[in-house]
Amino acid sequence: MSARTAFRNARLIDPAAKLDATGGLLVEDGIIRDVGANLFKDGVPGDAKIVDCGGHVLAPGLIDMRVFTGEPGSEHRETLESASNAAAAGGVTTMVVMPNTDPVIDEPSLVDFIRRRAAATAQVRVLPMAALTKHLAGEVMTEIGLLLEAGAIAFTDGDRSLANARVLRRALSYAATFNALVVGHAEDPFLSEGTAMNEGEYATRLGVPAAPTLAETIIVERDIRLVELTGARYHFGQISCRASLDAIAAAKARGLPVTCGVSAHHLSLNELDVGAYLTFRKVKPPLRSEADRAAMVEGVANGVIDVIVSSHDPQAADTKRQTFGEAAFGAVGLETLLPAALALYHNGHADLSQVLNTLTAAPARILGIDGGTLKKGAAADLVLFDPDRPFVVDADALHSRAKNTPFEERRFEGQVLQTFVQGRCVFNARGTA
Amino acid sequence: MTRAAPEAPILQTSHLLGIENLSVAEIEALLDLAESYVALNRGSDKKKALLKGRTLINLFFEASTRTQSSFELAGKRLGADVLNMAVRNSSVSKGETLIDTATTLNAMRPDILVVRHQDSGAAELLSRKVDCCVINAGDGAHEHPTQALLDALTIRRRRGGFQGLTVAICGDVLHSRVARSNIHLLGKMGAKVRLIAPRTLLPADAGRFGVELHSDMTKGLEGADIVMMLRLQRERMTGAFVPSTREYFRFYGLDRDKLKHAKPGALVMHPGPMNRGVEIDSAVADDIEVSLIQEQVEMGVAIRMAVLDALARGLPQEGKNT
Repeated sequence: MSARTAFRNARLIDPAAKLDATGGLLVEDGIIRDVGANLFKDGVPGDAKIVDCGGHVLAPGLIDMRVFTGEPGSEHRETLESASNAAAAGGVTTMVVMPNTDPVIDEPSLVDFIRRRAAATAQVRVLPMAALTKHLAGEVMTEIGLLLEAGAIAFTDGDRSLANARVLRRALSYAATFNALVVGHAEDPFLSEGTAMNEGEYATRLGVPAAPTLAETIIVERDIRLVELTGARYHFGQISCRASLDAIAAAKARGLPVTCGVSAHHLSLNELDVGAYLTFRKVKPPLRSEADRAAMVEGVANGVIDVIVSSHDPQAADTKRQTFGEAAFGAVGLETLLPAALALYHNGHADLSQVLNTLTAAPARILGIDGGTLKKGAAADLVLFDPDRPFVVDADALHSRAKNTPFEERRFEGQVLQTFVQGRCVFNARGTA
Repeated sequence: MTRAAPEAPILQTSHLLGIENLSVAEIEALLDLAESYVALNRGSDKKKALLKGRTLINLFFEASTRTQSSFELAGKRLGADVLNMAVRNSSVSKGETLIDTATTLNAMRPDILVVRHQDSGAAELLSRKVDCCVINAGDGAHEHPTQALLDALTIRRRRGGFQGLTVAICGDVLHSRVARSNIHLLGKMGAKVRLIAPRTLLPADAGRFGVELHSDMTKGLEGADIVMMLRLQRERMTGAFVPSTREYFRFYGLDRDKLKHAKPGALVMHPGPMNRGVEIDSAVADDIEVSLIQEQVEMGVAIRMAVLDALARGLPQEGKNT
């Protein structure tokens, strides 16, 4: 007998279908069987389990294109399992994990390892990216064809930029052979070496070594030229400044296959939030000026920025309990991704559907996967949330194994109530289902 | 010797982490207090019982002869027990964090912790993790407040005040905590500050700190009352920031010819240790008519005694609930 669940009294928002209506959704065997405003007007099927959505938003589960975990190699920071718990709590039903582990995910067998571990331990879908170059060393390209066959979703050196344009040119050409997606990190390794902040008055005041925004833009512009030359599908994992945004807007206008993301913390925080050397706000690229932060918001609103990501990067206390210069980069973000993104809606920069598009339909399109939609026949990966419910971030209450949130004690609006993966509830903050 | 009751408070905070958050009144009070210690240090009995029974720990992650001995002497002259700890990264390489070191020392119940560290923000970080007073003796390229205070004391004794003075700070401003602390202090006290450096050694947005920027040293020195030279670290001389020491000396080394462009009677300062023939010519450095360098060292002990005195006034006293 098939298991059916009826979600009724929901505000259904599906950017992929341009749907925003009050109605219901029927799930059968983990698949969305039907959806619409009038779905249950003649009553809910008798055998179906009922989830009353209480008028809250029911949307496709979020797809987070940038998640670092510590598995394999530094499981004390985060495992696929603990990251998936954080994802579920954040309404994220698909997380794309980066290959920056120990060992680096640069072999088909290691892609297979991630997939098996995820299947055995993770509550949400896990899509592994593979390294673009062996050992992330930026010298020798990986076996892109075999890695694709093993299940790699895209190719990236994670938080490293390729210094050598010749290597990148060939890797992009080769990737284009397989129509593989390449995800780049734009940060000139020489201009940013040894730096910990955004260059400017505040870094000067604090006496912290700093890199200019053009460390990012130089690489963005270079990579755009290489995309033009090679025709590879290219996604900038995250950008952080106005000049990069302008360069990508121009590339898109020329019809190049370029997309980009921005992290929730670059949308929410600026360099002044480093305050008195707060290491939890030391991230890569660094938090930028207020003008650049505002440009990122504008980029999401006008669609030049395709996706919002968490850039979830768990760090253990000992690597953060250091001076600002010595502390590790990175911030956890899976559980604050949605509320941080919703700030754009609450502040009037974008409507709800637009914000959700960057977290559902857009990443699905870039990754070339089914999902990120409520359409009939799609997997029942769902998030139920109250966009207006306020809460205060409590680091100790995070599900992530690492607690290095840059948003400790920040007040957000928008709370995840329930998360479903393939129709199965993986997170429930409502008491009863 | 018994400890006298503390006098009126001078500082609003229980730490001295930088000049940036000090008020003009606090700075003036510290300078006034330091004057009394200049007099004491010039007498034959240099000892007071003000810090009797108190423990001062000098925690130096970076080598320093003059600042460390200056604090040591200041502490001893005020009657404190002084412990010098040279850490030099050894514990860091053992995997111990700065905070672990701080917690360990804190358990030994010191009253005052003087810290020097190669990273900006180190003193601030420690101050949040320990129960005692923390004095920043230099953190990365951030601040070195007692250096700026001793420079101020030296200037005030020679020039009577700061209003209307033009001070040229010359050299490696980018990496200099001395420059940052002096920019804050001199600006607050009403002096005009100029920064003179090749573009590679000027920090980003330096112009936003209310200073004039100069890359031509002779122009920058015009009309200057005080010329404050900065030390150029050896590893920065060989191509990374400037091409060579001889080129640096040619354009930014202070010699008699360049000094002629400053106001007649202009005085020269240097926080030490000097690189003779790199940022300063011996003929200038050793000229007692223009060089205040030895006087700066003397004022250093007095200012540190004043800072210890001021911070000790906020320490818990026996028999009182504070």
